[in-house]
Amino acid sequence: MIFLRRQVPLLITLITGIVFAAQYYVPHPASEQMLTSVTKWLQIIGGFALVLGVSSLFHVHAVKIRRKEAGWGYSFVLYVGMLGTIAVGLWSNGKEAVDGTMTAFGWIYNFMMVPLQGTMFAILAFFIASAAYRSFRARSREAAVLLIAAVIVMMGRVPLGEYLIPISGDLSQWILNVLNASVRRAILIGVSLGTVALSIKIIFGMERSYLGGGKE
Amino acid sequence: MKRERLNVKRDSAGLVCVGMLLLAATLHLSFSPAFAQTTLAPPQGLRVFDTPSDGGGSLTVLWSPASYDSAAAKYQVLLSEGTTVPDLAAMKVVAEFPANQRYVRESKWPWWTRPTTGEQHQFTLRNGKGVELKNGNAYSITVAAVLNDDRVIATPVQATPQPNWLNWNQMNNLILALLFGGIVFYAIGTARKREIFLRRIPGLDAVDEAIGRATELGKPILYMTGAHDMSDPSTIAAAVILGRVAKRAAAYETDLLVPHREPITMAVCQEITKQAYLEAGKPDLYKDDSNFFITSDQFSYTAAVDGIMLRKKPAANFFMGHYFAEALLLTETGASTGAIQIAGTDADHQLPFFVTTCDYTLIGEELYAASAYLSREPVQVGTLRGQDIGKALILGVLGIGTILATLGALLDMQWPQLFLDFFKDVK
Repeated sequence: MIFLRRQVPLLITLITGIVFAAQYYVPHPASEQMLTSVTKWLQIIGGFALVLGVSSLFHVHAVKIRRKEAGWGYSFVLYVGMLGTIAVGLWSNGKEAVDGTMTAFGWIYNFMMVPLQGTMFAILAFFIASAAYRSFRARSREAAVLLIAAVIVMMGRVPLGEYLIPISGDLSQWILNVLNASVRRAILIGVSLGTVALSIKIIFGMERSYLGGGKE
Repeated sequence: MKRERLNVKRDSAGLVCVGMLLLAATLHLSFSPAFAQTTLAPPQGLRVFDTPSDGGGSLTVLWSPASYDSAAAKYQVLLSEGTTVPDLAAMKVVAEFPANQRYVRESKWPWWTRPTTGEQHQFTLRNGKGVELKNGNAYSITVAAVLNDDRVIATPVQATPQPNWLNWNQMNNLILALLFGGIVFYAIGTARKREIFLRRIPGLDAVDEAIGRATELGKPILYMTGAHDMSDPSTIAAAVILGRVAKRAAAYETDLLVPHREPITMAVCQEITKQAYLEAGKPDLYKDDSNFFITSDQFSYTAAVDGIMLRKKPAANFFMGHYFAEALLLTETGASTGAIQIAGTDADHQLPFFVTTCDYTLIGEELYAASAYLSREPVQVGTLRGQDIGKALILGVLGIGTILATLGALLDMQWPQLFLDFFKDVK
């Protein structure tokens, strides 16, 4: 069992890791074909894995409803919403519109799903305002620097700001292109090296905790 | 006398004018054909070959610059199938451009794969836009020079496109990857022999504090693994840290909630959590439901997790992995519930939001360093040292490049450009 649970996955990881790292350097169509096939496999596996996810979702909320846990009403709403959408989707054959007429499935998507998603995204504006208020309070030297930089960038990015303080446009560009870009690149270099190092550890089996199980 | 003198002057002026006109006409007649021959000689040094380091379906055409290279003149690239060309005029024009464009120096070839000097003209024929090049089929290609109504064509050259098995243009990348891999293995070997100092990472030191607080308050811990699936290193790093957090949570007998956006990540994290509880000696406390799937949809997931935060009021929130626009929606809601929040992400665009709203943030590579920091295993710590050496090398190259670029610009010297070209290609 240990062999199947530990050695085999590590062997698969080693072989596929090396093969697909090498694939990057092979431009031959056979190499591209292999990558396309494996990407399709991943999509198929992902499709089957969705069954795992949905069954987990149903199970968790069924338990809540059965035990009448706090907020079980939300779980009930989830069940109704999910089963209702599945039923309507099957009834509409998965189509949002037929001959220019919106189906019930299309109605749910366009008049419920999209506005709800839009609402969540719109809330971001208010959250940004509250987060900015907290971080821009000049309680320390660093926060003061942040505040000044933010004010300059904000002024430089809107026409009225640049009209009132003409130099703010150039200053804002300088902050973004020099200070901000250099720090971002430094972070990205660190991230890239971290990614390569982690990949090396995984390919050569030095990092195994993602498999579950101990160090045997 | 005066009139005569004037007449003589007029006559002599007229003679000069006539003489000038005759001279101009003579010069025009005698030099024009010669000039035309110089300007429109057929393109010289024509070479056509399979484009190296590609997947096939492409040919590269090279030819020498000519004296008539200017915006007024044009080059045409002509193509026909087969090795024989019965009629040059019947060849298909597949590209036309001003004669002062398309030089090798403008191409993307790095210096070690450039087939010739930078002054040569170069054009790469590829499939698409009326061109179909089949691998293994022979083609005749030539270049014509066009100036006004004149057109001269070079002798066609035959070539066959072929797919290649190795991309030599990316050899620098391979060498650097192997070099970095070697450094990592060397550093791991060193770490096995002696202890390596690790600087303090406050965000990881705070993990125990956050779990302890959740235990004291009797509230759960909320852990998120990000928006990506298990093929992304940041998700793997998040899953690895989950193992450490779950082990502590099991030891303190604190509830752990791990909502997921991706079913495969959920399955992997279930295994990791189960093992953590086993290692902590509390297998009976493990619940399969601690890892649960919500949805793959970005804002539906965000709404659901925000709801969990507001209803269950977890005492500690962990945001590890890669995030998009949902980052601030999640962390700001968490901050409003008063939870200790620890974030770790390689998403540089979301870092400001995490720094603003979380108590501790693991910035970029610290996310990948977390596993080593928490475990202190020589292999993990050695990898960190390898990363540091890699960064030192990159920093050195950046420093040298900056100095050389500045010197070249200040002193108007050409030699720093050679080094800069070298660094530019070895990127």
